[in-house]
Amino acid sequence: MMNAVPISWFLTLSAILFALGVAGFLFRRNIITVFMSIELMLNAVNLSFVTFSYQHKEVSGHLFTFFVMVVAAAEAAVGLAIILTVFKGRSTLNIDDVNSMKN
Amino acid sequence: MQLLDSFIFITLLKAAVVFGVLMTTLAYLQWVERKVIAHVQVRPGPYRVGPHGLLQPVADIIKLLTKEDLLPPYVNKPLYLLAPFLAISMALLSISVIPFGPTIQVGPVTTWMQLTDLNIGVLFILAVSSMSVYGIALAGWASNNKYALIGGLRSSAQMISYELPMSLAIAAPLLISNTLSLRQLVEAQSGGIFNWNILHGPFPQVISFIIFTIAAFAETNRVPFDLPEAENELVAGFHTEYSSMKFASFFMAEYANMITVSAMATLLFLGGWMAPWPAAWGSSLVPTAIFAIAGATALYHGANAARKRDKLTLPVFGIIFLIIAGVFLLPMVQSWLLPLFWFAGKTGAILFLFIWVRATLPRFRYDQLMGFTWKFLFPVAMLNLLVTAFLVAWTTK
Amino acid sequence: MDVILFLIFALIAVACAINVVVQTHPISSALSLVGVMGSLAILYLLLGAEFIAAAQVIVYAGAIMVLFVFVIMLLNAGAETRKGRSYLIPGAPLLIVFLGLVAYYVQRMFPSSTMVRFGGFTGGGPKDIGHALFTTYLLPFEVTSILILVAIIGAIVLARKEIE
Repeated sequence: MMNAVPISWFLTLSAILFALGVAGFLFRRNIITVFMSIELMLNAVNLSFVTFSYQHKEVSGHLFTFFVMVVAAAEAAVGLAIILTVFKGRSTLNIDDVNSMKN
Repeated sequence: MQLLDSFIFITLLKAAVVFGVLMTTLAYLQWVERKVIAHVQVRPGPYRVGPHGLLQPVADIIKLLTKEDLLPPYVNKPLYLLAPFLAISMALLSISVIPFGPTIQVGPVTTWMQLTDLNIGVLFILAVSSMSVYGIALAGWASNNKYALIGGLRSSAQMISYELPMSLAIAAPLLISNTLSLRQLVEAQSGGIFNWNILHGPFPQVISFIIFTIAAFAETNRVPFDLPEAENELVAGFHTEYSSMKFASFFMAEYANMITVSAMATLLFLGGWMAPWPAAWGSSLVPTAIFAIAGATALYHGANAARKRDKLTLPVFGIIFLIIAGVFLLPMVQSWLLPLFWFAGKTGAILFLFIWVRATLPRFRYDQLMGFTWKFLFPVAMLNLLVTAFLVAWTTK
Repeated sequence: MDVILFLIFALIAVACAINVVVQTHPISSALSLVGVMGSLAILYLLLGAEFIAAAQVIVYAGAIMVLFVFVIMLLNAGAETRKGRSYLIPGAPLLIVFLGLVAYYVQRMFPSSTMVRFGGFTGGGPKDIGHALFTTYLLPFEVTSILILVAIIGAIVLARKEIE
């Protein structure tokens, strides 16, 4: 039995990583770190996609992961451009300081 | 269990052999580079340590090992120490999937002249080479020095940009060979020079070979794209703050990367270890001829020596070359020595190109460098890939 | 062997993920995230997803994260100022309880009937992915390419200098 890993372990790992991503997203104030927490969540979801793909012996999960990666790449390009613009205008990376729409 | 033991044993042995050969090559590539550049500029180059400076690498290694290992007080210590380690390990990792020749028979064991064959070997090399940006970027950032930081920034921007045309140029020959395993890639190109990917198939891959070579220069931070370490602007670029063995790791990483990309070009475009024409037409005699001519020349120059020292050293080299020429005629070693010769010869030719270009071309300006890849290299690589894809789809039923 | 591999890389992934969240300096977070991605790539290999593992390293670790590191270096972002860690007092135990609940439900929903062995699924090679991509998933594939085009234009518009 030492030669096989139960599928639930992979899913649990995925859940742990996702929860850590959520925690980072909620607790951190640096906009880049918040963004990285989102990437962490996407990675966690990818792991469960690939795991389910193994369970059903089907390639579809891999395709979903592939699309998530493409979307993540597009998101990173646009998101980092936005961060650069925000930093140019306000010279801060703290998301609490970016509040000119508040009042 | 016996099988497992012998498999692990053989793999470890192969790893040790490859590592040893690679390290020697790295040290002597430096010597070759200095000699070639010196001769281009009509000077003798390293000459004092050993005959024709042949022991210069040993002296360099001793110097680097015994130098004081500085740790500047203002650096980010963990990342500063991690960066050279990352650079060298990523550079050495990609060697593990490169095949040097076909199977060899050593006593009772038959094994491939390759550490391991992955069926995604090409992707593995791309992945490892894309990870090698971190070593340079982190070195620049952790040094806490503006020159190093600018060097690191330049290098990461340059490496991300040139990775695109490079991967597109790699994709085109893969379409023709229809595999991602480096070993099968070479086997698909067997049978003479017209089956090599650079000349073969529905669309000869000359353009993508040129693009790959140009991108390889940029990926390895070599002249004319060595902006990250432009001495007159940036002191020494990202490794300004490094000394002793940490500096040497960056140095070795650069040369190991050069060897990897040259080997990749050989495998992808130049038929790997395959001879350019069949053995029936005498391709097995080529190494003998080359070494015999080299030996005869050395003997002639030894007889009419220009310097006093050469009277002894040149005839010794001549005799060694003649012995090697004789070894290539022995049928028992021909089966593995000949492929190794062709592989080393093609890789060496591309390495020579690297050095030749360094001795010839000036450095680009940074905006020219970026404009060149995005406005010219990338569209051309894309177009080349499209044409190849169309023609491959057209001709295969 | 598989279990040992899984445990090693799962532990590395979790440790790096915790590091992403608790490190104050963005560059340390970014490097920890690269660690998570690297260990996930090895777990993908264990699950038979060769192509996805390679793409994970090339696209995620090699391109997206390099972009992050690049931007952090460019902006010379310093460490985040700590405004007290009061959130940790209710937050950390809640997180642990939440994780425990999730793990419990996952274990109940997926009893250990399916075991993962290396080599148990070999349909994740480049050939299979390519085939599925250009037959079943052709429309999503084309839509993604338009998405990327939009992203490129968006990034250029955002990042270019104002023309006077």
